[in-house]
Amino acid sequence: MSKPVIKCENVYKIFGANAQKMLRESNGNVDAKTFQENGCIVGVNNASFEVSKGEMLVVMGLSGSGKSTLLRCISRLTDATGGKIFIEGQDLLQLNNKELIDLRRNKMGMVFQSFALLPHKTVVENIAFPLQIKGNKTKESISKAMDMVKLVGLDGRENYFPRELSGGQQQRVGIARSLAVEPDIWFLDEPFSALDPLIRKEMQDEFLRLQDKLQKTIMFITHDFDEALKLADRIAIMKDGIIEQLDTPANIVLNPATEYVRKFTEEVPREKVLLIEDVMDKSKDNLGDLKVLKDEIIENVAEKILTQEKTVAVIDNNDKIVGSINPTKIINTVFGGRKNNN
Amino acid sequence: MELIKKYPKTFQWLFLLIVFFSLCFAIDVPETYKFIRGQAEFVKDPNQSSYIFLGKEVRYYAFDVFWRLPPLLGWLPIWINDSLFFLMNEWMPIEVWNEDTQEFKSRPIVLQISRNLTAFMTFLIELIREILLGGLETIVAFTSWDWIDKNPWAKLPGLPWTIVAAGAAILSYKLSGKGLALFAGLTMVYISVFGQWKPSMQTLSFILVAAPLSFIFGLGLGIAAFKSKRVEKALYPILLVMQTMPQYAVLVPALVLFGVGDHAAVIITMVVAVPPMILLTILGLRAIPPEVIEAGRMSGCNNWQLMLKVLIPTARRDILIGVNQVIMVCFSMAVISAFIGAKGLGFNLLLALNQLNIGLALEAGLCISLIAILLDKMSLAWANKQTDYFGNLSFLQRNKNILFFAATVVVGIILAYVGTFLFKGTFNYLFEIPHNKGISTADFWNKGVDWIFDTFFIYIKAFNTWLIQDVLQPMRALYLRMPAVATIVLVVGAGYLIGGIRSALVVCGLTLFIALSPWWDRALVTTYMATFGVIVSCFIGFTVGTLCFQNKHSASFMLGVCDIFQTFPSFVYLIPVMMLFGITDTSVLIAVIVYATIPATRYTIEGLRSVPIGLHDAATMSGVNKFQRLTKIEFPLAFPHMMLGLNQTIVFALFMVIIGAFIGTEDLGQYILKALSDKKGAGIGLTLGICVAFIGLIFDNLIRTWVDKRKKHLGID
Repeated sequence: MSKPVIKCENVYKIFGANAQKMLRESNGNVDAKTFQENGCIVGVNNASFEVSKGEMLVVMGLSGSGKSTLLRCISRLTDATGGKIFIEGQDLLQLNNKELIDLRRNKMGMVFQSFALLPHKTVVENIAFPLQIKGNKTKESISKAMDMVKLVGLDGRENYFPRELSGGQQQRVGIARSLAVEPDIWFLDEPFSALDPLIRKEMQDEFLRLQDKLQKTIMFITHDFDEALKLADRIAIMKDGIIEQLDTPANIVLNPATEYVRKFTEEVPREKVLLIEDVMDKSKDNLGDLKVLKDEIIENVAEKILTQEKTVAVIDNNDKIVGSINPTKIINTVFGGRKNNN
Repeated sequence: MELIKKYPKTFQWLFLLIVFFSLCFAIDVPETYKFIRGQAEFVKDPNQSSYIFLGKEVRYYAFDVFWRLPPLLGWLPIWINDSLFFLMNEWMPIEVWNEDTQEFKSRPIVLQISRNLTAFMTFLIELIREILLGGLETIVAFTSWDWIDKNPWAKLPGLPWTIVAAGAAILSYKLSGKGLALFAGLTMVYISVFGQWKPSMQTLSFILVAAPLSFIFGLGLGIAAFKSKRVEKALYPILLVMQTMPQYAVLVPALVLFGVGDHAAVIITMVVAVPPMILLTILGLRAIPPEVIEAGRMSGCNNWQLMLKVLIPTARRDILIGVNQVIMVCFSMAVISAFIGAKGLGFNLLLALNQLNIGLALEAGLCISLIAILLDKMSLAWANKQTDYFGNLSFLQRNKNILFFAATVVVGIILAYVGTFLFKGTFNYLFEIPHNKGISTADFWNKGVDWIFDTFFIYIKAFNTWLIQDVLQPMRALYLRMPAVATIVLVVGAGYLIGGIRSALVVCGLTLFIALSPWWDRALVTTYMATFGVIVSCFIGFTVGTLCFQNKHSASFMLGVCDIFQTFPSFVYLIPVMMLFGITDTSVLIAVIVYATIPATRYTIEGLRSVPIGLHDAATMSGVNKFQRLTKIEFPLAFPHMMLGLNQTIVFALFMVIIGAFIGTEDLGQYILKALSDKKGAGIGLTLGICVAFIGLIFDNLIRTWVDKRKKHLGID
């Protein structure tokens, strides 16, 4: 595997007057309670993980779990109290102001929950803003921004002001702005939380379409578990600043690491999350005629499998049989006792 | 005992009042006590005591400490004076090249700085004044009088009034629309036709210098305070005092530092106008959502780009509201600065009032009011105007206003030229209507005032006598009858009950400053006048506000009226009351009441309006009638906001009482007025100003603390 694009080693973020000192004295054993008694609030507690190129890591947690703080440490909108963060091998915390600005101007893009558009600029001017800040010529920036307007499907509205747009449209502008400098790393901080459910779904699909095309390295923050499952390559679940579990959606649903994670997964419709591969048996005996791809989501092929009497063969992309699955297994997965299912 | 447990606060207040009154009765008025006390520094009398501090001798009439504290701070004004004198005349002399005598001359650095600043300001004012009115001074500044004599053509011609009027109308149209454009045009025509053009343009040039400078300094300091906690902490107490300091009082030190005239007025205007700009800049920058700042950072802004391209444009509206405030303060200072010799409308008004020519005063006052409304509406329209998109318009459409103005300039010049033929041998009315050569209705008004006096004299006099003899005199006597100790106990006790030990200490410090100054008695008189004004104002304001609130349209109408009245410089209010009640305390008090009723009414309506709709509906569904809703829901929830109105009412009342000195009162204001004409008045003026500011701050602290607690208790923001 190639070098990770984002790499965090024991990252801490603690708010408070003498956070530095307390962290040093704690030897990496940070207990939120003792810190709170001393007037410090723990935002991120010992976060270590890697995100590789083209991967989408979704950080999931309820409000106050430290997910936004973690993102702001990695974009260095706040300075981490302890630990190391590497962006493409560069030590982020060692960068001086100029290098940091360079990094942001060329490698990073960020989308915000409240859209954070500049009220005095039009759609196209907002999108061109990072380019102009970079020092590009106005004409170039505007024409590049127009491409972005088309990419997010806002053509015809490029001269509107943010106040004249709906929430969904505003966030499209936010997305376009964050992509204008063609960043490698894309941060999204609850981008769809402020939108209506219907618009949210539409935007999620749009987002997946974009990512399919662009293949950015993404850190995506959300408090919506369904959204996380739908979008993520891997999910990190946070609670009180600690990453409780970091794994693929299927593994999180099938093997919740802690009680807290299990509570989330309880109500999840498995057939929408799990792939055939996740539930198939290894045995290749007694197979019927039907073959299903191992990468299919259960929901899509369940009906076909359930109408079979025999065990169904599971194949990979090269048409090679890699396992089998029988209808009982499907029924068990979907309707089986959730509490005992593991 | 159970009652005490049930209503502990009530009993604490009761206890405080009992202590206060027992102190009042226990301490007798000393036999030698006469009201006039502050004059101690002017009269030498063997009965006086004296002490020496820092080499300054302070003389005073000694009383029992419980009755009146000795003026232990009496040295402060003298010391301020001497320090200023030392700074101006002796401290750090530097060598300065003198152009006229062609030699180096030794001059104290502060004096030199003040002279340079003064020269710079004078140049700026003259420049703008001459663009508007024409003149020589600007050209002289770059050349010399000799050169002017040799080149008689070298003279700034000044703009014909038609062009300025059209310019104002076009600008108003761009900012707001037809309505304001019409108002601007009519105002300008009125000013011109009634012969107030010259003073108006003088005042305008004053504002055009003072306002931009105040804006720049205010914005700069506001940004500095936003960026650094330390700067904010350092600025905070100054901002607080400046909010309650009467504008009048700062004129005195300006006189000493910068002399008499427009330049001194401009500099001191900046001192008054910068604080609100700072406050609104901080407010605006604080209100920016953090995500917008982060978005700017993530777009790769450096600090400058962030400030100029993200923060300031996003806070545009608040900053422009600050500009509105700056303009209004500058305007009101432009009027009051007449006291230190600033030219313009204020000067004419002052002159007319001094001559008791009410008609003339009324005309100048109306002019001032119209310009005030115009400036206010224009700057507010600017603040509320949202950015438009021009990209898809042609050059002609984009610049139509500028082109239109250019056209009017040409037309105006042609008209003025034609005028030279039309009005041969007389004044060119199409160019500039000279002062007092326009239409004047002064005689009409003067006759009207005479008629009112002749007809209603008996009634007005009866009312006057009744008010003064039966209400004001006893009230004044009561205030003066309070022993100093009792007053301090009352104020500090109230501070403790409302805000705990911290509030008590702050209030105690403020009160002690006044009590230890030589003007405690005068301060009591100021307070009594303000109290009387505030009580009546609040009564009227709360009643009118509540009544108007019952109907949506009348509420909006009333707020509009408040807006308009608030724009008038306080000085203007003295005209109609002098017209009706002559030169008495009644006049001052009525001016106070009219002026202070504005915030009382406004805050009542706003407070009642801020009650959430949901609560209204909930109350209606519980089956309350209108009256119950008012007393059970709306009043309790609106009360904190109404108390903030009371706070404003007190500040307004204090300002007006102080300005009322012009009519003739015997309080702190009178001394400030006296200090204006005193060569050694700076220290006295400043200390008096601080005393007035502190009276305001005592109430401000008590009310604000209470409101904050109450709001927290009610869970409203």
